Amino acid sequence: MPFAHLDAPTAPCRPASLRELFFSFTWLALQGFGGVLVVVQRELVERKQWLTHDEFVEDWAVAQVMPGPNVVNLALMFGGRMFGLPGAMTALAGLLAAPLVVVLLLAMLHTRFAAYPAVEGALRGMAAVSAGLIGATGLKLSVALARNPVPLAWCVAIAVTGFVLVALLHLPLLYVMAGLGGLGCVLAWRRLRA
Amino acid sequence: MTAPLIVLAWHDWLNLFSHFLLLSLMSIGGAISTTSEMHRFLVEQHHWLTQAQFNDSIAIAQAAPGPNVLFVALMGWNVGLNAGSTVAAVFGVAVTMFGILIPSTFLTYFASQWGHRNRHLRVVRAFKQGMAPLVIALLMATAWILASAGGHGTADWRLWLLSLVSGLVIWRTKVHLLWVLGAGALLGAFQLL
Repeated sequence: MPFAHLDAPTAPCRPASLRELFFSFTWLALQGFGGVLVVVQRELVERKQWLTHDEFVEDWAVAQVMPGPNVVNLALMFGGRMFGLPGAMTALAGLLAAPLVVVLLLAMLHTRFAAYPAVEGALRGMAAVSAGLIGATGLKLSVALARNPVPLAWCVAIAVTGFVLVALLHLPLLYVMAGLGGLGCVLAWRRLRA
Repeated sequence: MTAPLIVLAWHDWLNLFSHFLLLSLMSIGGAISTTSEMHRFLVEQHHWLTQAQFNDSIAIAQAAPGPNVLFVALMGWNVGLNAGSTVAAVFGVAVTMFGILIPSTFLTYFASQWGHRNRHLRVVRAFKQGMAPLVIALLMATAWILASAGGHGTADWRLWLLSLVSGLVIWRTKVHLLWVLGAGALLGAFQLL
């Protein structure tokens, strides 16, 4: 369990300055094509040793639970623990600034060359692959449902109903979140009593 | 410069901003899990983005390095371009990115400190575990909406097949995502889709 290491040793190293924090997050963001999680783990845990493996797993769990992009949340939490609020903002800026410029440049190139059928076709192909990637991420995560305190039958029922309501019936997310998310939390709450 | 496709008044920008503030609070599992709601709002309800622009925003952000949330910046960029100028596009990026980031950033920063101290509490664990089935449902819904929005007519089944095959490859193997994206791009560039 993530809280088994309450007294575990903390990571051996830490960023020396806000500047180092900023450029470290810029560097890992620029390596992350299609998903930054793998790069974050390799850079912060294995190379720089700013986080132990256990700390990383725990932070990642919280980052996923909180609203907002997971990697952005992880950067906020890490930067915040190192240097307080300035650290959180620095890590966030490092993660987003350079990739934002790159993605806007790509978008401008795309606007200029969108008339070419090859460019249009390439993007259509990449969009289809993106759809597959996101589905694959969902499938990978669904393995964790077997260990969930919510009984598996309920998990499947909530997931299938949620899919139908959002993907097929196009219901506003807020209602689905309040209804089905709330149901999941109540079920988990009751099961965790023991 | 051609005539703007859409006209956005100040209250429309405000509407866009407040909608992304709300989406930020709902983006458990990442901004990508609110994609279907963005589609409903931007494409179906307000017609501020075309279906092709919506899909391209996500495809370009996926192809570029960095956090996936940058597809939100591209949506703001395209809404601004549709409203008529590059200045509006930059403004659109600021509106959508600050909208999607501000609420979740503050919530995460303060709640994670509280949650870290109280991670053994039943309410923390119930929330964390209870949301999981819905998070997965939202990811699958996003995949469905992206895949079904791809093409029209006879080409459809090929795009579906590509989505399915690339999903299986990424799910079952350790092939780097770039290779699969590159293969999809090549197939499309040679008009095989």
